[in-house]
Amino acid sequence: MDSALATLRLMAAEPSFALAQALTGLASASSLFLVAAGLSIVFGVTRVVNFAHGSFFMVGAYLAVTAIGWLGGGAAGFWGGVVVAVLGVGLLGVLVEVAILRRLYAAPELFQLLATFGVVLVIQDGALFLWGPEDLLGPRAPGLRGAVEIFGQRIPTYDLFLIAVGPVVLVLLWLAFRRTRWGVLVRAATADREMTAALGVDERRLFTGVFALGALLAGLGGALQVPRETANLHMDLNVIAEAFVVVVVGGMGSVVGAYLAALVIGVVHAFGILLFPKLTLVLVFLIMAVVLVIRPAGLLGERGAASRQGAPEAPLRPASARLRWTAAALFAALLALPAVAGGYVLVLAVDVAILALFAASLHLLLGPGGMISFGHAAYFGIGAYGAGLAWKWLAAPMVLGLAVAPLAAGIAGAAFGWLCARASGVYLAMLTLAYAQIAWSVAAQWLAVTGGDNGVLGLWPAPWAASPAAYYYLSLVLCGGGILALRLLVHAPFGQFLRAGRDAPRRAEALGVAVGAQQWLAFIVAGAFAGLAGGLFAYAKGSVFPTYLAIPRSVDGLVMVLLGGVQSLSGPVVGALAYVGLADELARGVALWRLVLGAAIIVLAVAFRRGLAGAVGDAAARP
Amino acid sequence: MRLTVDAIDAYYGGARALDGVSLAAGVGEVVALLGRNGAGKSTTLKSVMGLVATRAGTIALDGVAIGGLAANARARMGIGYVPEERRIFAGLTVAENLEVGRQPPRPGAPAWTEARILALFPALAPLRHRPGERLSGGEQQMLAIARTLMGNPGLLLLDEPSEGLAPLLVAAMADAVARLKAEGLTVLLSEQNLRFAARVADRGYVLARGRVVRDGTMAELLADRDAIGRHLSIGG
Amino acid sequence: MTLLAVDGIARSFGATVAVDGVSFGVAAGERVAMIGPNGAGKTTCFNLINGQIAPDRGRVAIDGRDTTGRSPRALQRLGVGRTFQISQVFASLTVRENVQAALVAGQGRALSPWPPLRRREAAAADRLLDQVGLAGEAERGAAALAYGDAKRLELAMVLGQGPRLLLMDEPTAGMGIDERHALMELVSGVVRGRGVGLLFTEHDMDVVFGHADRIVVLHRGRVIAAGTPAAVRADPAVREVYLGAEAPPCA
Ligand SMILES: Nc1ncnc2c1ncn2[C@@H]1O[C@H](COP(=O)(O)OP(=O)(O)OP(=O)(O)O)[C@@H](O)[C@H]1O
Ligand SMILES: Nc1ncnc2c1ncn2[C@@H]1O[C@H](COP(=O)(O)OP(=O)(O)OP(=O)(O)O)[C@@H](O)[C@H]1O
Ligand SMILES: [Mg+2]
Ligand SMILES: [Mg+2]
Repeated sequence: MDSALATLRLMAAEPSFALAQALTGLASASSLFLVAAGLSIVFGVTRVVNFAHGSFFMVGAYLAVTAIGWLGGGAAGFWGGVVVAVLGVGLLGVLVEVAILRRLYAAPELFQLLATFGVVLVIQDGALFLWGPEDLLGPRAPGLRGAVEIFGQRIPTYDLFLIAVGPVVLVLLWLAFRRTRWGVLVRAATADREMTAALGVDERRLFTGVFALGALLAGLGGALQVPRETANLHMDLNVIAEAFVVVVVGGMGSVVGAYLAALVIGVVHAFGILLFPKLTLVLVFLIMAVVLVIRPAGLLGERGAASRQGAPEAPLRPASARLRWTAAALFAALLALPAVAGGYVLVLAVDVAILALFAASLHLLLGPGGMISFGHAAYFGIGAYGAGLAWKWLAAPMVLGLAVAPLAAGIAGAAFGWLCARASGVYLAMLTLAYAQIAWSVAAQWLAVTGGDNGVLGLWPAPWAASPAAYYYLSLVLCGGGILALRLLVHAPFGQFLRAGRDAPRRAEALGVAVGAQQWLAFIVAGAFAGLAGGLFAYAKGSVFPTYLAIPRSVDGLVMVLLGGVQSLSGPVVGALAYVGLADELARGVALWRLVLGAAIIVLAVAFRRGLAGAVGDAAARP
Repeated sequence: MRLTVDAIDAYYGGARALDGVSLAAGVGEVVALLGRNGAGKSTTLKSVMGLVATRAGTIALDGVAIGGLAANARARMGIGYVPEERRIFAGLTVAENLEVGRQPPRPGAPAWTEARILALFPALAPLRHRPGERLSGGEQQMLAIARTLMGNPGLLLLDEPSEGLAPLLVAAMADAVARLKAEGLTVLLSEQNLRFAARVADRGYVLARGRVVRDGTMAELLADRDAIGRHLSIGG
Repeated sequence: MTLLAVDGIARSFGATVAVDGVSFGVAAGERVAMIGPNGAGKTTCFNLINGQIAPDRGRVAIDGRDTTGRSPRALQRLGVGRTFQISQVFASLTVRENVQAALVAGQGRALSPWPPLRRREAAAADRLLDQVGLAGEAERGAAALAYGDAKRLELAMVLGQGPRLLLMDEPTAGMGIDERHALMELVSGVVRGRGVGLLFTEHDMDVVFGHADRIVVLHRGRVIAAGTPAAVRADPAVREVYLGAEAPPCA
């Protein structure tokens, strides 16, 4: 705070300093815009939220450093290197689209997300393998090395160049989409892919082209960033989070909106770094939340008709006798586990049970609700902190802690959900991500209460539940009961109307159903169950850390649901099993474990579109 | 024959929607598919277009088997499809919707321009710059047909073209189909409006439960009280 | 008292005046058809009455109570049921569950957590499905219905809620001729039996002249004629802009 005040005073005394800072912000905005524009275009056309878009940015930067190195210094070398990098990334985009995404266009949105997340992991380890762990310092742009004096402040010439790049690309893109046949076809395919094909347009080529263009722009953003920052292995996730924000604030699919949003975010960021260095991320996400609450479709986004995509879900069927027996047999086997297995297996089994409940609660939003929640870890973490803080500050016993956990998370679900239920689709996903990020930074930075990164330590289960077997039984009962309750809810009017409101909201409203309220309640319920899982996790591990509500945990949840299959509730359970097995056992021992995990995720997403549970179900149904 | 469909089966998941459907349409012929709701009319048209996969049988356009081709390839070979639900591109203007349908002219098929098409559907002319989502149901229907004509098809598949049109426009639609026929276009249309079908079609096939149960010239079909009563639901 | 009273409602979209001062009424037990050329403003009128969109001016009243601008949900509670021009059903529910959903929603129990939807009101749902001729399709997913069948399902859902005012936008589009009449007979039975008011649009003149007690003709957003079927059929202005030569001979 003191430093913030000092900075403010400095700016008041020296307005040109503020100007310089704003120009720096605008220069960063250009790169951000390039990335976001690509992301927005790709999403608009293919409806794929491309997690790997940040990886293209990163590869662009690395490739540029390498290519400029090969081609030697000088203007030709530098700009030639940039071109090589951009084309290289474009090619990588084509590869990713043809090899992976093309097979997934008909799959549920979340599968695509999963696959592109797999690509992120693969590229991360690929870059590590090719370029090593050290940050790479790139050359400066020949001819633009100097600085220009503006109101007594020295502004790098290269920054001014970057500031100009944004509008130029913006105009070119706008012309391409509004004034060319290609642009019209792309927009048509965005609205209705099948009909576009029926009119003779080769939509596969069109999509590959669009994806390549998007990748190209990201690559350009990365390559142009080389003179300003080192190429490093964190660029991908850093830039993707901000690019998401830009795209959503601007309005999905609106390139002009993306530009405006990039300017706003870039400038806010530049000042935020000075004023509240720790809170910049929160600041950025807060802007997004405010914009979305006021304009649910972003600054310039239109609430377009929902795109026609993916076959509708099959109706829910009651559990067959076979399923009931299988579930009962499984439960009996689980009851017998402590008799045959040692402590380590029980600890793992507790993890699986908790993650299964966590994934099942997420499934309520993703499946029946049709609401993509990117920030589900928030509820898990808030539940964990609820238990942890109740213990730390009130010395609450375990039973009370386990009651506080779902309560706290349910309240958080009510608060976040109230705002979220106004948005839909990808906007909703971004909003949930925003809230999770805010919760995360509060947990990490409110040292006095949460202990910050040191977390809450020393939590211990009540004596009667302290043995591994006892805690295992406790988790089994609570998680199993939670999952069963969620299943009942989905089949009850509550869940069926969630699905109905997702299928045909106008019909539902005309029948007198308050679709928004229904979705809000779903947030509360899902939040509470995730919170219960978090509380159990806190006592299982004996500690609570901010990582419990960080993005990777949310992604864990998504991966589990998708592994298991969105269609059925058995999915999350199977997914949790597979995930714990995959991540903890198989991969962590391998050198390039991200690459292996990523490849496995991609293969699973492509091969088992309906998830493992779906695949198993199919096999069982086959005569 | 411009189009020959021979014994095709089509399924949705495990449910059979078409069961050995065969039909043919010659150059410059207007052929009607008749039948009750759910008889399989739309599915037949979608199968020809390649939007529904067929499991058995063959489909040939001008003697060339097209069964294995994707929808966009079939469209470029000269098949135009107008779906029952119209499927206008909501955010695109009328002019842009037409642009999406545009394909180079094809030998042996009439060449259309936007001007000629707007002459066929004068109601669209003042709406050129209006987004598709802001058109009324009937306006969308006209745009859907106009858009498909921009591809210069030799074979036009129309799914219930008279549906949702005001009586005056139904008459205009019948004239339009007659003019398309006069240009040498082959038209395969599905209809429940027998009066309209009788007015525009040369021959017809009656579908019931995914099978062809009767075929003949429209005059023959109309004279067959039994076929009409049982399969076409014209009632008392 | 008239059940539905529409008084001078108007609505423009940008430069397009879709509805321009329309007034008419529907009494309980009366069937009113709204006809007019494509783009005349019929669907927009429905959307204004049903609260999908708000009018620029004018008033809508149900039972003398001003309902202008109320949400579709609020209107449902006042007994307004509606079917859409492009039918809207719940694709991932079975056909029977669609009707069960409508029944349960009508009781205000959409949030209830137990028992499963499929175990509620199954018999009542089956009766309704039987009425609209979909008994054989009860177990199928609604996504699999042919176009005309989806319209019938929508009707069953709306009837299940026991509405007092029925708004139907092209209810028989996509159906065969005798099915059209059967469906309208069914609706007429409900109208007479329960004193429901019906407002519908339709481009099939057999249906309009066969099943309407009164007809309102819209052209360019204004009412150009209103009255009994015979009077409307004889109206030269209506022939000129709408019926043309297609006008069926007098029955
Ligand atoms: N997407 C789908 N999934 C599953 N079954 C379907 C699907 N579409 C159609 N069907 C079924 O296939 C059969 C034939 O349907 P189709 O749409 O071809 O009928 P139609 O003759 O065009 O009827 P209508 O006159 O009502 O349009 C029907 O039994 C229908 O229920
Ligand atoms: N959201 C909108 N924005 C702009 N114009 C609109 C919008 N909705 C409808 N219109 C226009 O208003 C006019 C009336 O449309 P409406 O859908 O009410 O016609 P309709 O009488 O139902 O026609 P149809 O019989 O073809 O369904 C049309 O010219 C249409 O293009
Ligand atoms: Mg059909
Ligand atoms: Mg209409």
